This record gives sequence, C-alpha cells and structure tokens, in this order.
Amino acid sequence: MKCVVGIDLGSTTTKAVLLDERGSVLGQGITNSRSNYAVASSVARDEALTAARFTMLERAFESDQRMGSVETQTLLERLAACFRLEVYLAQLEQLGRVMELLLAGDQYGRHRSETEAPARDILAECIRDAPQLFVPGARRKSDFFRDLAGAAFMAGAERRAREGQVVFERIVALFDRAIFDVETWLMNVEFATLLSRALDRALPDVITDSVRSDVRDEIKAIVDRVATVPIEECSYVGTGYGRQTLPFPKEAVRSEILCHGRGAHRVFPGTRSVLDIGGQDTKALQVDDSGMVTAFQMNDRCAAGCGRYLGYIADELNIGLHELGPLALQSTKVVKINSTCTVFAGAELRERLSLGQRREDILAALHRSILTRAMSLIARSGGIRNEFTFTGGVCKNPMATKVLGELVAEHYGSDIVIHTHPDSIYMGALGAALFALDDLQAGRARLMLAQEKGIAS
Amino acid sequence: MAIAATDVSKDRSQARQKRMIADHFDKLEHAKETGKKVVYTFVPGNLTELIDALGMLPVLPEINALQSGMRKKSAEYIAEAEKAGHSEDVCTYVKCDIGMLKSGNVSPTGTRLPPPDLLLLSYTGCFTFMKWFELLKQEYNCPVVMLHVPYQADGMITDEMRRYIVDQLEQVVIPAMEQVAGKKLDMQELEKRLALSAKAEDDLVAVWESARHRPSPIDGYFGGVYYIGPIFSAFRGTEDAVHYYRELREEVTARMATGEGPTTPDGPTTNEKFRIVVEGPPNWTHFYDFWRMFSREGATVVASTYTRVGGLYDLGFRHDSRRPLETLADYCLGCYTNMNLPSRIDLIEQYIKRYDADGFLINSVKSCNSFSVGQLLVLRELEKRTGVPGGFVESDLVDPRYFGKANIDNRLQSYFQMLEGKKRKGAQ
Ligand code: SF4
Repeated sequence: MKCVVGIDLGSTTTKAVLLDERGSVLGQGITNSRSNYAVASSVARDEALTAARFTMLERAFESDQRMGSVETQTLLERLAACFRLEVYLAQLEQLGRVMELLLAGDQYGRHRSETEAPARDILAECIRDAPQLFVPGARRKSDFFRDLAGAAFMAGAERRAREGQVVFERIVALFDRAIFDVETWLMNVEFATLLSRALDRALPDVITDSVRSDVRDEIKAIVDRVATVPIEECSYVGTGYGRQTLPFPKEAVRSEILCHGRGAHRVFPGTRSVLDIGGQDTKALQVDDSGMVTAFQMNDRCAAGCGRYLGYIADELNIGLHELGPLALQSTKVVKINSTCTVFAGAELRERLSLGQRREDILAALHRSILTRAMSLIARSGGIRNEFTFTGGVCKNPMATKVLGELVAEHYGSDIVIHTHPDSIYMGALGAALFALDDLQAGRARLMLAQEKGIAS
Repeated sequence: MAIAATDVSKDRSQARQKRMIADHFDKLEHAKETGKKVVYTFVPGNLTELIDALGMLPVLPEINALQSGMRKKSAEYIAEAEKAGHSEDVCTYVKCDIGMLKSGNVSPTGTRLPPPDLLLLSYTGCFTFMKWFELLKQEYNCPVVMLHVPYQADGMITDEMRRYIVDQLEQVVIPAMEQVAGKKLDMQELEKRLALSAKAEDDLVAVWESARHRPSPIDGYFGGVYYIGPIFSAFRGTEDAVHYYRELREEVTARMATGEGPTTPDGPTTNEKFRIVVEGPPNWTHFYDFWRMFSREGATVVASTYTRVGGLYDLGFRHDSRRPLETLADYCLGCYTNMNLPSRIDLIEQYIKRYDADGFLINSVKSCNSFSVGQLLVLRELEKRTGVPGGFVESDLVDPRYFGKANIDNRLQSYFQMLEGKKRKGAQ
C-alpha cells in the first residue's frame, strides 16, 4: 500500500494525515507538540498510520462477501476501542519501567522505599481500571496518554496522600518526570501484536454464538493480513509553526497558509474564502477553484483576535475553554467591550464583573470583539466570496460561529454558505498531504529525513 | 541611502560611492574651518543643485536616520528621543534623528556633523517634515525657509502650481539662501549643475530599464537603494555623480551580457525565479535579513516605488538647464509621495507590466503616512487590474521593535509559494 503524508506542526498540537495514491484519506493522528518536533511528528504520524490500518480494515471488511452477517461498524468500533486500550496498557507498563529506573537513581535515596511501593500500587490500579475507560459509551475527556494516565494516577495519589501513606508532591513529581519519557517513547511494540490482542478482546463482545466459526476465522485472517501489509510512505510535506525545524528537506516544506487553503477546499470544494482562527494567529485567505491560495492576510503586529484571546478569558474566569461558547450563548443583553487587546480585555472583564454585569453578556461581547477583528482581516484579504469555510480551533466554539454568521450576513449578505467541520483541526495537515501527492505525481517526492536517520519508528 | 557597509558588492561604482560619501562627511566635519555653510534638507524635492551652486553643503537627516538603522544605532536613538518626550507614534526617522543629535551628532562614517546654518524645507507633502524642522529649529536656533509644494490632487502638475513654486523660489527661498551663503546665486553655476544632473539621470534610467532583461541584472529595491544614494542626496549635479552613474551603467550592462543576476548579501545570483515589484520603503534595521528573505527564494525586485521618492526619471522627467527654476519646481512637485493615489496605482500597474512581474509586494511601514495611506486599496485595485497577486507585510523604517522577523518571513514564504503554485498551474 502506497501513501503520502502531510504533517502540520502547530504550536500546541501536531497533526498528521495520510492519503492513499488516489487522494482518499487513510488516517489522521494528533499529539501534543511538546518541544521535540521530531518526536511529535513521529507520534502523530504513527497515530495516522494506525488509523490508516483501521481504514484499510474497514475497506477489507466491506468488500468481503462472507462478512454479511456481521455488524462491521460495531466490530470496527469495538476493535478500535480495544486497540486503544492495548496501547494505553503498553504505555502504562512503560510508565512503570521508567518510574523504577528513576527511583533507582541516586536522587531518591532514602525516599525511595516510601515512594516505590505506593507508586507500584497506584499503577496496578490504573492497569486494573483501564478497561472501563474503553467500554462502549465511556466518556473520555481526552485521548492523550498524559491526560488519561494523569487523571487516574492523580486520583490514586490523592487518596493515598489523604490517608497519610505518601507525600503527594513527591509522588506527583515522580509521575511528571516519568510521563515525559513515556510520551517521547515511540511505540515500538508491534502493531500486529497489539491488534491481535485487541481482536481477542473485541470478538466475544461482537460476535455472538450464532455467527459461524468460518466467519470468525475470516475476520482473523483479514485482521492479520491488514495488520502486516506493508505501508510504504512515498512522499512527505510538512507545514505549520515548527515547519522550519521539521525533519524534512526545504523542498518538502509548504507554508501553512497554502496548506490550510488547500485542505479547506478539499473538504468543501465550493470554498472560495477561508477564515482560520488558531491559537496564535488568524488567517484570512482566498482560494481559486483548484484550492490554490490567491490572496491572504494574517494578523501581523498584534495577536489580539486569536484563539489565545479566548483562552486567556477562560483562564481569567477559571472555566474550561469549551465552556466559553455555551455560556456566551446564554447572553440576554448586548454589552460592548472596547478593548481588542487580549490583556486589556481581561482587565475590562474584571471591571465589568465588579460593576455587576452578567458573565454571559460580557462573554458574548468578547466573542463579538474577536470576530469583528477577524472580519477586518477578511476584508483586507479580499472579502468573502461564496462559499466560506471557517476553520481552526475557534470554529468549535458555538458562540463564535453564531457571531460570525451574523457578521457575514450583515456585511456580505445572507446567501453566503458557511461551512465548519469537526475535523477542521486537520485542514493544514490535509493540505500538506495533498501537496505531497502533487509532488509524488510530478516525480519530486521527498522523504522525511528522520526516516533515514532512524528517528522515526 | 548610500550605504556605508559595502560588503554586498565589490563593484567599482560601489567603491566610488563609498569614497564620495566619506569625502562629503569629511567636508562637513571641517565646514566651520573652511567657512562652508551647512544646509539641512530632505530627500523628496531636494534642491541639491541650488545648494551646491551657492557653495553650501547639504545634510540629509532622513539618510542619517536610515544609516543609523542599518548600523543598529536607531533603537538607542529612538529611546533617547522618547525619553525626551516624543511619542511612540511619531515617525521613527524623526525620533532617530533627534536621538542622534542628542547623542553627539556623529555621522554614519564616524565624523562629527556640524550644526545647520539653514533648515531648508523644500517639500511640504509630508506634515512630519514641518514638525521635524520645528523641532530642529528649537535645538539650533537657525533660520528655516519653507517652500510650500502643492499636492497633485488631480494627478497632474499645472502651470499655476509651477508658477507658485517659482515665485516662492525667487521671492523667498533663494534670497534666504543667498543671505546665509553670503553671496548671490550665479545662474550659470546652477545651469551647469542641472545639465550634469540630467546626464546622471539618463544613466540611472538605463539602470532601471535593465531590469526588463531576464534575468534582471539589478535588484531594483534592495540593490536600488544603493543606486539612488548619490542622486537623491548630496551629489546630484556633480561630476562625481556623473562618473558614478556611468560606471554603474557599464557594470549593469556587462552583467546583462553575461546573464548574471544582481549581487545579493550572499553573492552574485543567477537563479531568478520570481520578478517582484515592491511598494513602500524598506526596513532598515533588518535590511539584510529582509533582502535575504527575497534572494533565498530567487526573488528579484525589478522595480520599486521607494527608489523613485527622489524623482521619477523613468517617467521622463529630467532636470533641464534651459529652464532652471521651472525644472526645480517640477522636481519638487513630481516626487512619488506627492502623487495622488490613482496616479500611484497607475504607476505601479505600469511597472508590473513593463517589467513583466510575477507579483507585487507592499511593505507597509508604521512610521510613514506618506507611503502607507491607501495601500490596501492600492493592493486590491492592482490585483484587479493586472491579475498579478499582491502580497502585504508590515514593518517599520528604523524602529527594530516593529520588525517581526518570524512573522514577515512566514508571510513572504507563503507569498512566494503562492506565486510558485500559480506558475505551476499556468504551466499545466
Ligand atoms: S512620515 Fe514618511 S515621508 Fe514623512 S518624514 Fe516620516 S518617513 Fe518621511
């Protein structure tokens, strides 16, 4: 199986998208960027490769006649969850190994004995409770290992600390040091091994006794085949903030502006104008009918109006970023925030709260403030042409999309079609992958340098 | 604009320019002893021939400011001016100049600059110029003479406008200059210099025109600021300038013959990939960084409006020794920032077409209203008229705080990749 890879190395997350030779999406992956770009790219890419194998599995199941009696979607979902569980378990085991190593080091000295046993116990609990996290319908706040393991480990540590068994700070410090190593530890566990373990877990949940045993064997055979078929990555393009430090040659690096435009156009081919509000920058772009960017503007001298503005406000109010939009939607009264500067808006927020204004109304005003700025950027880039696609982290905020809709209708008429997409965070990586495909087809494909150096698994 | 750091090119013309500048600053340092009078004046609409014909020496504060920017002194000078109460929003050329004055008035070559005997404001299109000299007057307490230059609101120079300036020259400006110089203006001396100006101007136009060749043997923006050094400052109307432009033209012609591109901070180039027209002044504190962002991508600037601030010779204007005062009037009236927006758009459109540009870029500088006003409108209109994609970056003249290197680099790379994509698509 041949494929191409696009990697978007953002300031907070790194995304990877894999396409097959016809340009269909095979898989996508995301991870925290951390400071090690090469590792972040590899982790995201590994995730995308895993997702790609699941896509291939889906295709194989669907094209197999004998699978008729099996709920393939349920099977796939269950298999995916069990696979994630297997990965999680493998990482927990690694976490245990790293902790042992750290404890064996000099600096723990006399604290070693009092920390070692509780740490081992907590970890055993995490392993014991792991399957519950992946049962059907289970809600996980995040799929990042740091978050999952962190929550479970902290709960155990807190309880023991309350009971006076451990010094909380000491055990948390141990976890913090170890987790970093695990995050940068690339999964060199065989994919096929993990998948077959996952299959063993999943099968009894999905396959009832009434399913014939030859179907069962067929599923095993398909899984085996797909798990081991070589995936050849033929071309790479990297983009995003860290793109100069990506382990790619210069020719394989494309600007995120071009990649975002291309990605948005690919998902919504009618797209002619794009607004992307990310954490650290806002871009307004125009694309032609082939997805090529023809004009763009970015916020330049000032970061007001970026996603970070909302992050800052959420911090000020001590609520989660995802709660901002829904809260703002409950606004009943229009108030005006004058400051577009992130820091000053924070001050204004505090002042208004102290004057007794409602949180919801102030939040609504803050949303309007950031989108009004975005509108001026759009105007500078050439305005909005039908159709219009809104991407970036902020497009997940329902108040932001609502306000944007109103502003667009007001300035450009109500017949503008506005798109947002739940996977819009992948637009940059998708665009990069499309450029990689172009390169492959034009005979100038580039490979990841890290691959040659053996950094990537 | 004549840049002291000449590591960029070892051309003969370059060496000559360096000598000319060093000589000039030497003369300035010894002006008191030699009895030479010193005139401070600005680049747009400068009356160099007149100053020289009266035996006086010009100092150009804008050029000192930009040189301070290149020599990494501007931050300190600006801080000095802000300490003295000048607002953050004031044009940074002004603050840099004031700061330099307060720090001992040392010239870019390290010599000391004499105080002015006259402040000659010969272009009033930028309000900042007037305020600037008001400030200098407080410091030096010397006479100021102002030539009021009407704006080309309707996009042309009328007889009335010309007459208005000639009247001012005859009745106010020249008498005031004569008084400071301590002698009468000898018209023949002025005419002689105007004739020399025209000669140099012919050669400069040939240099600009060479950019029509592929690859262009010159960079008409980054390289261009070197080329305009002599003619926009102290040397127009001198034999030195005539020699300089003759030599420069020969060098450019030779490069054209061998197919060589412009010399960049990283040496001579041959790989012209993009031909760009640039609007707006350069950033001086990161001049070479900015230049490299172009040269590294194989982008050559084939024409720029900044290099026309001191005269649009390529549109046909020449100093004319047969009508000395009228020609000076036309010069003052015709500088780039004195043109209205429609004329500026026409001009850039003409450049894009004449030099067969792949794109045009606007560097919008925070300091300069004269340039920045209406630039987004210019951008949209040009895109509409030419179909050539426009790029837009923002920086400043000499305040390093307003040059976001990573941001600008990012914009430029995206812009060049966009042009590349367009080329590829066109080739299919
Ligand atoms: S505002 Fe512009 S034209 Fe006026 S003095 Fe400053 S740089 Fe020169």
